[in-house]
Amino acid sequence: MIESLFPNVDWGKMWDATVETLYMTAMSTFFTFVIGLVLGIILFLTAPRQLWANKIVNWLTGAFVNIFRSIPFIILIILLIPFTKFLIGTIRGPNAALPALIIGAAPFYARMVLIALKEIDKGVIEAARSMGATTWTIIRKVLLPESKPALISGITVTAIALVGYTAMAGIIGAGGLGTLAFLDGFQRSREDVTLMATILILIIVFAIQFIGDLITIRSDKR
Amino acid sequence: MIELKQVTKTYDTGKGALKAVDGVDLSISSGEIFGIIGYSGAGKSTLIRLLNGLEKPTSGTVQINDQVITAIKGVELRKARQKVSMIFQHFNLLWSRTVKENIAFPLEIAGVPKNKRDARVMELVELVGLTGRENAYPSQLSGGQKQRVGIARALANDPEVLLCDEATSALDPETTDAILDLLVDINKRLGLTIVLITHEMHVIRKICHRVAVMEGGRVVELGDVLSVFQAPKEAITKRFVAQVTETEDSNETIKHLRELYPTGDLVKLVFVGDQTEQPILTKLIRTNPVEVNIVQGNISHTQRGAYGTLILQLKGTREEIANAIAFLNNENIQTEVMAND
Repeated sequence: MIESLFPNVDWGKMWDATVETLYMTAMSTFFTFVIGLVLGIILFLTAPRQLWANKIVNWLTGAFVNIFRSIPFIILIILLIPFTKFLIGTIRGPNAALPALIIGAAPFYARMVLIALKEIDKGVIEAARSMGATTWTIIRKVLLPESKPALISGITVTAIALVGYTAMAGIIGAGGLGTLAFLDGFQRSREDVTLMATILILIIVFAIQFIGDLITIRSDKR
Repeated sequence: MIELKQVTKTYDTGKGALKAVDGVDLSISSGEIFGIIGYSGAGKSTLIRLLNGLEKPTSGTVQINDQVITAIKGVELRKARQKVSMIFQHFNLLWSRTVKENIAFPLEIAGVPKNKRDARVMELVELVGLTGRENAYPSQLSGGQKQRVGIARALANDPEVLLCDEATSALDPETTDAILDLLVDINKRLGLTIVLITHEMHVIRKICHRVAVMEGGRVVELGDVLSVFQAPKEAITKRFVAQVTETEDSNETIKHLRELYPTGDLVKLVFVGDQTEQPILTKLIRTNPVEVNIVQGNISHTQRGAYGTLILQLKGTREEIANAIAFLNNENIQTEVMAND
């Protein structure tokens, strides 16, 4: 039945491509989460009247985030080719896609982190200060736990965007379902391969959304 | 124990400087419940935050025991804050933590080991009357319960001073009274010094020993709660006192009472302290041939004694009434003839 609907699909290759896409998404989501979190916290704490109020750091971080958030991803990949070559040693394969994926998505997530942190009641931060908490304690025990649902729903949206980015990266040879759909599907006019790759990408996206929503709801005690 | 000397705090508001606190001198003694009352914008929120260094004064010094709060920072200031804790109008609990975990938070900050933390938390839960609710999240609690968590959290590190920032302003009258009773209880049991700010004279009346009235960043009146109630000097203080005594001696009320009691003299009596517990009326009737009729009465209890007013209708001859008033004055009761024949 499936064989007759998708006559040209090589299931072995399809499976390998799916694993590559999952690998790229997972790795880039992880690093995006870490780097975005750090950038978002710096943006929040260096803003005027905050604990580390510092105009210069705030401006520099803000500029970095805004610039890399604004460059279209497909152009960013090309711009980063020399950097990727230096870092990874090649510009082909799943690992070569990671620098561009992370640099493209981390600033995007940093903005979401900033929005999440701004939503925290200022009184709670003041209460922690009145108890003699250090800024590090406030970050770990107030800022992160109190914004957890927003941080998780933010990384869910970002991870889904990253699935899309991996497909785009596939066109320049990163591998994964994007490469498969483009080279084996589109360029050889095998629509069934493109369709199957699309279905798999959709399943990945829905799975991420489902898991993300579940954790968000579980973590929200408000 | 708490000394403020010439404390001034100026904010730079783009449109020029704003003096939130203006040359305040205060001295609060150990074990005292000290109230600061003022309307919003009077500078009381800034003032209370100067006491734990959440705000730094532009000039002047704040000293608690032998530590000059205005001169320390970093680790030293953070250590000092563990002994000067604070509760808030909007409770400021962490919604992501249960009651138990919220109360444990200051202990974590102070570096208390886990096993000691748990025992102390249960002690505090019991002290504030939240036994059975320790695993609830703040969102599952009522306002009064949230403030109890706030109080337990503030007491965790055995502070010497408790600062209350409009701690009952978001609560209904009944819950307000319960929380105020808890504060008095804590003050007596633990010998804690309490400094509170509020805009409700009811709070001052019910629990404070002394009160400072703030207006425009300055302390305009300061004294024992009872004497401030008895003889408020400033117009603003009179307005605050009227909030709770409400002996409406406006012309309108007097006219109304006169209609109800058309004969005799209407006399207002003001009692302070011990006199309220004396059988003055019995004595008055026994020693004077006047006819006495109670028109209206009101007694407020403060931490330093009671304060009250009573309006009487006195009937008799001119001389008998004059004698009766002389008798009352002799008993140290202020009188005021509101209307006569």
